[in-house]
Amino acid sequence: MAPSGKVFHGECFVVQDNIDTDQIIPAEHLTLVPSKPDEYEKLGSLALCGLPSNYPRFVCEGEMKTRYPIIIAGSNFGCGSSREHAPVSLGASGVKAVVAESYARIFFRNSVATGELYPVESEFSLSKEFETGNIVTLDLESNVLINHSQNKQYTLKPLGDAGPVIDAGGLFAFARKTGMISSASA
Amino acid sequence: MKSVPKIVAVTAPPRPQERAPASTGSVKQAMTMTEKILARASDKGCLSPGENVWVNTDILMTHDVCGPGTIGIFKREFGADAKVWDREKVVIIPDHYIFTADERANRNVDILREFAHEQNIKYFYDIKDLSDFKVNPDYKGVCHVALAQEGHCRPGEVLFGTDSHTCTAGAFGQFATGIGNTDAGFILGTGKLLIKVPPTMRFVLDGEMPSFLHAKDLILHIIGEITVAGATYKAMEFTGSVVENMTMEDRMTLCNMVVEAGGKNGVIAADSVTFNYLEGKTQKSFEPVYTDGSARFNAEYKFNVSELEPVVAKPHSPDNRGVARECKDVKIDRVYIGSCTGGKTEDFVAAAKLLHASGQKVKVPTFLVPATQKVWVDLYTILVPGADGKTCAKIFEEAGCETPASPSCAACLGGPKDTYARMNEPQVCVSTTNRNFPGRMGHKESQVYLASPYTAAASALTGFVTDPRKFM
Repeated sequence: MAPSGKVFHGECFVVQDNIDTDQIIPAEHLTLVPSKPDEYEKLGSLALCGLPSNYPRFVCEGEMKTRYPIIIAGSNFGCGSSREHAPVSLGASGVKAVVAESYARIFFRNSVATGELYPVESEFSLSKEFETGNIVTLDLESNVLINHSQNKQYTLKPLGDAGPVIDAGGLFAFARKTGMISSASA
Repeated sequence: MKSVPKIVAVTAPPRPQERAPASTGSVKQAMTMTEKILARASDKGCLSPGENVWVNTDILMTHDVCGPGTIGIFKREFGADAKVWDREKVVIIPDHYIFTADERANRNVDILREFAHEQNIKYFYDIKDLSDFKVNPDYKGVCHVALAQEGHCRPGEVLFGTDSHTCTAGAFGQFATGIGNTDAGFILGTGKLLIKVPPTMRFVLDGEMPSFLHAKDLILHIIGEITVAGATYKAMEFTGSVVENMTMEDRMTLCNMVVEAGGKNGVIAADSVTFNYLEGKTQKSFEPVYTDGSARFNAEYKFNVSELEPVVAKPHSPDNRGVARECKDVKIDRVYIGSCTGGKTEDFVAAAKLLHASGQKVKVPTFLVPATQKVWVDLYTILVPGADGKTCAKIFEEAGCETPASPSCAACLGGPKDTYARMNEPQVCVSTTNRNFPGRMGHKESQVYLASPYTAAASALTGFVTDPRKFM
C-alpha cells in the first residue's frame, strides 16, 4: 500500500523508547498472513494493541483503522523480531509515517521493503515534547514536521535512498520500475 | 533508451559513507570476517562497511509464522507458477505455533507443506500428527537449533532467515541475519539480496571461565554494557581464549542474542571445534574465512570473565542487567527452560547438574521445552557428568520439574493462548529465553527475568531469583 503524496496531516500518537515488535503486534496474532487481504486488514485493527495499559488505545474498539496517521517515537523503534507483521499492521491501520529518533534495523528495512510507511528520523527525540492528539503536518518534500497544537516546527533527516523505494511502493515495485526484475506474470 | 538507475540502498537510513583508500584490486585491503564473507558472496575483491552489495544466498530459512506470507509475496511478484531459485537452498522448518488447536496456526503449516510439495523443496521438516511429535520422523523443532544439527550452517556461507535469531548461525563463522517476508520473497525468486556491509564491533573474552558462569551470562553482560541499540547495524565478532574454549552450543548462545543489542549479525571464527561438530552433518564443502590481523573495527570491548558474576536481564528489557545475587528478594512464580537461546542439550545438562548437586526439589512449576527432537532424545539418553549415571530426564523428574514438552518455540514468544507454558496471568518467570519486553511470554503485566540455565535452575529451587553459586 504505497502512501499517496508526500505531505501528511492529522493527529499524532506518541510512544517512548524501545517500542518492540511484541508491543506493535503481539505474537499471538502472527498466525495472520499479511499477504491475504482480509488478514492484512485484521492485522491493521490490532496495531499497537500490545502497548502497556497506560497508553491510550491506538485503534478504537470496534474500528479497523486508526485516527492517528503519524506516530512520534523515541529511540530504537521497532526493536525485537524480524516479523514483517509489525510495519504491515501499522500501515494497514492507516499509519502514513513514523517519526522516531532512531530505528532498529530489521524494522527499518521491512518498512522500506514493504512500502507500508515512511520511517523518518528526527534530529532528536520528540517523544517527550509531543502529546498524543497534537495536530501535526509532516512534509517529506521539505523534510519538516510542524506541531500546530504547540506552534513549533522541526527539521527532519532526509530519507535518502530509502525514499524512492517507498514512493514506488516497496522493494518489488521499485525493482520493476528500475528494470531490475521483469513484471509479474498475470 | 533511458539509463536504468541502480538500486543503491534499501536498507539503513543515510549515514556518511566511509570511503576506503583507493584500491586497484591488486592492493590487498585488510577486512574483517564479515566483510570477507560478503565480498566473496558478491563477487567483489574487497569491500568496506557502508557499501551496498548484492549477495548470493547459500541458504534461505523460513518457518510457519513468516513462511506463508513469504510464499504469498513470492507468488504475487514472480507468478503463481514461478519456481524457487534453488530447491536445495530453501529450508522450511515449522517450529513456532505447532502444538496448538489454533486453526490458522495449523493452516499455516499446511500452506508450507503445499508449497514444499509444489516446489519439490528438499529440506522440509514436516509435522502432521500433532498429538505425538515422536511419530513425525521429519519434524525437527526450533529452526535455529535444527539448522545447526542438520548441517545447514557452514563457515564462510551466507544464510538468511525470516526470524530475528537467524544470527545464531554466525557461531559457525558465516554471515547469518534475519529478514522480513518481502526480502525473503525476493530471495526465493532471485537467490540474491541487497545488503549494506556492517562495520564490526569486536568483543574479546579472556580469563578463566568460572564453573557457575555460562555463555548466557556473558552475552547478557555484553548487552547490558552496550544497550539494546548498542550494536545497531553492526556485526558483533566474538573472540578471545574463552571463546576458543567454548563448545558450539555456547557459541550459538552468544551469537543468538546479538539481535537483542540491535546487531545485524554475530560471528565467531571457525576452528577445530566447528569442524568436529560439522563432521558427518554436511556433505557440502566449505571454505572458512578469517579476520585479517590489521582489519579495522568500529569498536573493541575486552572482558576478563574471571571477574564476572551471574547476571539476569530484569523486566522489561534485555539490557536491564542486574546481578543475580542482588535480585534474591524477587519472588517468582515459575521457571522456563527452553528456546533457541536456552533449550539446547547443553543448556539442559547445565540445569540438571545444578539440580542434582542441590539434592533438592523445585519450589515453583519448572517448564522444560527441548528445542528439537534430537535434544529431547538427549534428555533421556545422555548421562549427566558427576550425577551417578543419571540422565537429565531422571534428574528433572526427581527434582519435581514438569515433564519435558514437545519441541517447539512454545512460550518464548507467548503464541496462541493454548501454547504450552504461556503466561496467561500477571506472573513472574525466570527464563532461559531471549527477550523480555512487555507481554513477551503472554500477559502484558507478566514479568520475565532472562537468565542462564544455572540461574534458572537455582531460582526454581528457592522460588526467588537466585545466584547459582548457592548450589554450586
